[in-house]
Amino acid sequence: MELVVNILLGIVIAATPLVFAAIGELVVEKSGVLNLGVEGMMIVGAIAGFSVTIESGNYLAGVISAIAAGALMALLFGFLTQTLFANQVATGLALTMFGLGLAALWGQDYSGKAAGNFPRLDLPVLSDLPLVGKLLFGQDYLVYLSILLVVGVSWFFRKTRGGLIVRAIGENHDAAHAIGYPVVLYRYLALMFGGACAGLGGAYLSVVQTPFWAEGMTAGRGWIALALVVFAAWRPGRALLGAYLFGGITILQLHSQGFGVKVEAQYLSMLPYLATIAVLVIISSDRLKVKLNAPACLTQPFRAAT
Amino acid sequence: MRYQSFTRLTVAALAAAAFVAAPAAVQAKKMKVGFVYVGPIGDHGWSYQHHQGLLAVKKAFGDKVETTHVENVPEGPDAERVTRQLAQQGHDIIFTTSFGFMNPTIKVAKQFPKVKFEHCSGFKRAKNVATYNIRYYEGRYVNGVIAGRMTKSNTVGYIASFPIPEVVRGINAAYLGAKSVNPKVKFKIVWVSTWFDPGKEADAAKALADQGADVIFQHTDSPAAMKLAEQRGISAIGQASNMKAFGPKAQLAAAVNDWGPYYVARVKAAMDGTWKSTDTWGGIGAGMLTIASVHSRIPADVRKQAEKVRADIAGGKFHPFTGPLNKQDGKPFLKAGEKAGDGLLAGMNFYVQGIEGSLPK
Repeated sequence: MELVVNILLGIVIAATPLVFAAIGELVVEKSGVLNLGVEGMMIVGAIAGFSVTIESGNYLAGVISAIAAGALMALLFGFLTQTLFANQVATGLALTMFGLGLAALWGQDYSGKAAGNFPRLDLPVLSDLPLVGKLLFGQDYLVYLSILLVVGVSWFFRKTRGGLIVRAIGENHDAAHAIGYPVVLYRYLALMFGGACAGLGGAYLSVVQTPFWAEGMTAGRGWIALALVVFAAWRPGRALLGAYLFGGITILQLHSQGFGVKVEAQYLSMLPYLATIAVLVIISSDRLKVKLNAPACLTQPFRAAT
Repeated sequence: MRYQSFTRLTVAALAAAAFVAAPAAVQAKKMKVGFVYVGPIGDHGWSYQHHQGLLAVKKAFGDKVETTHVENVPEGPDAERVTRQLAQQGHDIIFTTSFGFMNPTIKVAKQFPKVKFEHCSGFKRAKNVATYNIRYYEGRYVNGVIAGRMTKSNTVGYIASFPIPEVVRGINAAYLGAKSVNPKVKFKIVWVSTWFDPGKEADAAKALADQGADVIFQHTDSPAAMKLAEQRGISAIGQASNMKAFGPKAQLAAAVNDWGPYYVARVKAAMDGTWKSTDTWGGIGAGMLTIASVHSRIPADVRKQAEKVRADIAGGKFHPFTGPLNKQDGKPFLKAGEKAGDGLLAGMNFYVQGIEGSLPK
């Protein structure tokens, strides 16, 4: 039983950076912008969070820096694509490359250093419950934040006026503009929220999960987050599910190897990706549904007619 | 000191010669040394150690050399492009430091017969291509002895990257070392199919710890497993470089690659005109592999035992792969007293008897 709890704990930790990055990108895409620079924003968040945590010894400061760094990267993307009308796909790819390089430069003095243990929730009695205590009431604070974010985003889109406006802009920016909503401003805000989340996801990797800094340590998680958004058909709850599915299979295949399950390791390593592709195929088998879900103005630049 | 005075003499001689004959000035040209790394210097493992070797070259020759390094070069077409560029820029000797750089190196070497190439960990040589590598398995055997004595659960975890002979040899050596001092020891091996993914390496270490491993070996490049061992209060063995900063309590010992002496010797040979295409496979004895920072919490008799094994391997008195030894399926591998030759070692693609689980193909 304890092993099961440990496996579940492993899954939560493997999934959380993906939850952050995916939920951020989901909001961005809902507003009609495709930012392929998630990987770049994550890695900059990772080094920002780690370096500030090391320098200040304060986890909160580290986390806030990661959020700010990710948002700044997104602001740069916003300026290029929303104000200067650069191509979103090309700019996103460039943002990833820029982020990887910038983080490497920034991190030169930080490789070889290690952070301490990130603070965890510690409730009297509850956290000490056998088995479920650690799982439900003993995680680090960022895990709870990631779940809250998903719930919050879901609520935002469903129940608030702001969410409705963002969705409208993503579906038909000309109509939204005609009614008088500032399309570009909302897109800037959505982008910065996405960047902040990606930065937080990166920081989770460098400050909580490993916790150290190494160049290129996001190792493709930004791309997985992007795939998860499509996988989720732009629904926050499903993005959470997808991230946990991905993390779950990653952890389970490692454990199954430890138990000596006789399956080739390469197949096991492929499993999380295969599962993602399989679900993607199932979801997109109904074309109409995909069309209904995908924001209609995704990747389309908006120029206000004057 | 020797190098410095040598430098001064040469500089003086060349300065004098320059007044007399212009062509001599060509001789005064610095030796240009190029390095191609597969990862970032900041990986704190494989590429980091190669870069330490570059720094050793700089330190040894000072003004007489000019070094260039290119990081993060993917294995494939980019490797060829980068290597060719270095050759075109007039580098006299180029070190390419990843297995996957083998074919690109051979290809570029054909086009630049005057440039000397050194490829790390490959098996293809040419007149101007030498190969070199370290006998990592020697260090893994010694650390296996330490792990075998230190494990309380008799379960040793091993995070492996790809099923190539290099990695398989390391697993076998570590197992034989542990088994030699602890007949009850079991190895749990997890393949992560990557050299570098700190998150996944940490996940793998976590899985192994959850399944009862209390000493963790790794054959991947980041210190994630070491850091996790530190958090969990278990032990780990450092790989490629000293990972003490990540596991001040956890790290039992580290096998550290030391490329410096080899690089200095080869650059020197290139300067002296004595460079030849050779195949170097150096281990503890050659000073290319050191067992670093053996932890003080290890009992004295264990430390002594490990040190004896280390010294015997270094002095050639003991070979980690000595018969009688069977393959995992029970087929004989080495007869009693037989030592595995380099050919057998280079092609090792099976587990030795006693290791559980199947080796991915």
